[in-house]
Amino acid sequence: MSSAQIEIQLIATLVAVACAIPGTFLVLRKMAMISDAISHSILPGLVVGFFLTQDLNSPLLILLAAASGLITVILVEFIQKTGLVKEDTAIGLVFPVLFSIGVILIAKNANDVHLDIDAVLLGEIAFAPFDRILIDGMDYGPKSLWVIGSILLLTIILLLLYFKELKLSTFDEQLATTLGFSPVIIHYGLMSVASVTTVGAFDAVGAVLVVALMIAPAATAYLLTTDLKKMLVLAVLFGCAGAIGGYWLAHYLDASIAGSITTVLGAFFLLAYLFAPGRGMLSVSYKQKRQEKEVHLLTFLLHLQNHEETSERHIKHLNEHINWHRVKARSVVNLALKNNMIVIEDGVISLTPKGSEFTRQAIEFIMSGKSSAIEEMKKKFFLFRG
Amino acid sequence: MSNQKPAIAINDLTVAYDYKPVLWDIDLEIPEGVLMAIVGPNGAGKSTLIKSILQIVKPIAGSIEVFGKPYKRNQRMVAYVPQKGSVDWDFPTNALDVVMMGTYGKLGWIKRPGQKQKKAALEALEKVGMLEFKERQISQLSGGQQQRIFLARALVQNARIYLMDEPFQGVDATTEKAIVNLLKELRKAGKTVVVVHHDLQTVPEYFDWVTFLNVKKIATGPVKDIFNDDNLTKTYGINYKVAVSES
Repeated sequence: MSSAQIEIQLIATLVAVACAIPGTFLVLRKMAMISDAISHSILPGLVVGFFLTQDLNSPLLILLAAASGLITVILVEFIQKTGLVKEDTAIGLVFPVLFSIGVILIAKNANDVHLDIDAVLLGEIAFAPFDRILIDGMDYGPKSLWVIGSILLLTIILLLLYFKELKLSTFDEQLATTLGFSPVIIHYGLMSVASVTTVGAFDAVGAVLVVALMIAPAATAYLLTTDLKKMLVLAVLFGCAGAIGGYWLAHYLDASIAGSITTVLGAFFLLAYLFAPGRGMLSVSYKQKRQEKEVHLLTFLLHLQNHEETSERHIKHLNEHINWHRVKARSVVNLALKNNMIVIEDGVISLTPKGSEFTRQAIEFIMSGKSSAIEEMKKKFFLFRG
Repeated sequence: MSNQKPAIAINDLTVAYDYKPVLWDIDLEIPEGVLMAIVGPNGAGKSTLIKSILQIVKPIAGSIEVFGKPYKRNQRMVAYVPQKGSVDWDFPTNALDVVMMGTYGKLGWIKRPGQKQKKAALEALEKVGMLEFKERQISQLSGGQQQRIFLARALVQNARIYLMDEPFQGVDATTEKAIVNLLKELRKAGKTVVVVHHDLQTVPEYFDWVTFLNVKKIATGPVKDIFNDDNLTKTYGINYKVAVSES
């Protein structure tokens, strides 16, 4: 690996981590789209900053761009508060206008500005190692590495200091108010960090893909854990894996690095969506199937308990009596047999003592409305294991 | 009742949403140590009254005092139990962590909760009978259990006044009983408890004071003195008496 390759991967990783942290809170606050708005509307701030400083990595430019990101948030909230349109509409109104102002500014001054729309939208991280900090002939590495590194450091310090406040106001804003914290300050603090991070990441991955770096790792982590700290750690890890994996994918495909990073992040989400234990598609549909079967089993056992007469309990006519297809009736009978809840003599089904005890307890629990007790009962009777 | 300053004194409170008054010129004194129900029809402004005491809702007129001082000065003395539906229960956290949040107020900015806060939270969980669920993810709790978590979170604040917004909504009979016992314990300990309540039939059994509210204050006082057909009719409209006695 050449040193440029290492530097590109390092920058991509720092960008991914810096995005994943505010992104986690944006996802939990259901504000994913606001990151899209910020990423586009920092453009006018960026352009004005560039006119003034002629340097894409100057702190003044970063501050101006971040300020236009914050103005977006304020404008969106202002329009939303009028009650005339909903939040998504307000977002859709604000950021294209600000973005267009940036585009016009670039077009009007195209001759003296080394800034083009393609780079703004998609970034070009492959060029990052060329723009270096040189002091007295000493090479201190790529500028964007220093920029995103400082932003990340600041983000981590703020996260460590205000984790408690962020968690509280994200979960329950009203409680935060009554406990004497100011959710408004925390909100704008988070928006400021998101804006500054976006500006820092912009150079590397562009306006469109910053959104993916903020949202995808956090959304993937959300599916995999029920603990906020673990969610943050997982989001950061997914961000890193996406950055490095994406770099090498781009290397082999000879394609855009930013695009490849986003594709890898998308793939992570898809995998979690399908296979996450508990919340993933497969796990959910398996659970639903199982619950359906349990209800059927109980219905069947209840039917047996309610009917003494053998005509109602004959295996051949069972499907007629409880209106089930043969296949379903057979699978339920098999489940009951496997659990020793029924016996079949001369084609007539009867409950075993275990079966009647199970039915009796189940009815009792259902009547008392204690669903947690039913779960315990199922464990006790080893349903699906016998 | 002591002669000291009332726990909460509301003077000329008016709250409006979009220029339509939700609460109109409310004067209300809540004496220390009472267990008070706030009753009234839907849209009467019951929740809004509690929220404006806590300054979650900004009134357009009036003042609120807590033990004789502006709310902000005595904020720590007031604990709030919001409606269950006010938060996203899919948030990645567990029961113990939610209860710990109640301790954040005394901690203030930046300082982190430690063993002392954890111990207090565990005690509060035990009081509401939820200790065995402390590690449970909050979306895995039943409605009644979620309500108890909210109660524990208020208990851990160790406040003098508890404001609760429909704590009995959507909970099973067992939880309702547990909550009532808890409310009575709080009153015994000298706390002031104010509860937005929907079920008129249980008012005499659960509470010792009641406030009738319908945009304006209709009446307030001890249940035995003012919980009568006259006030019910004034609050709920014509012939409420029939509806209550029949159901």
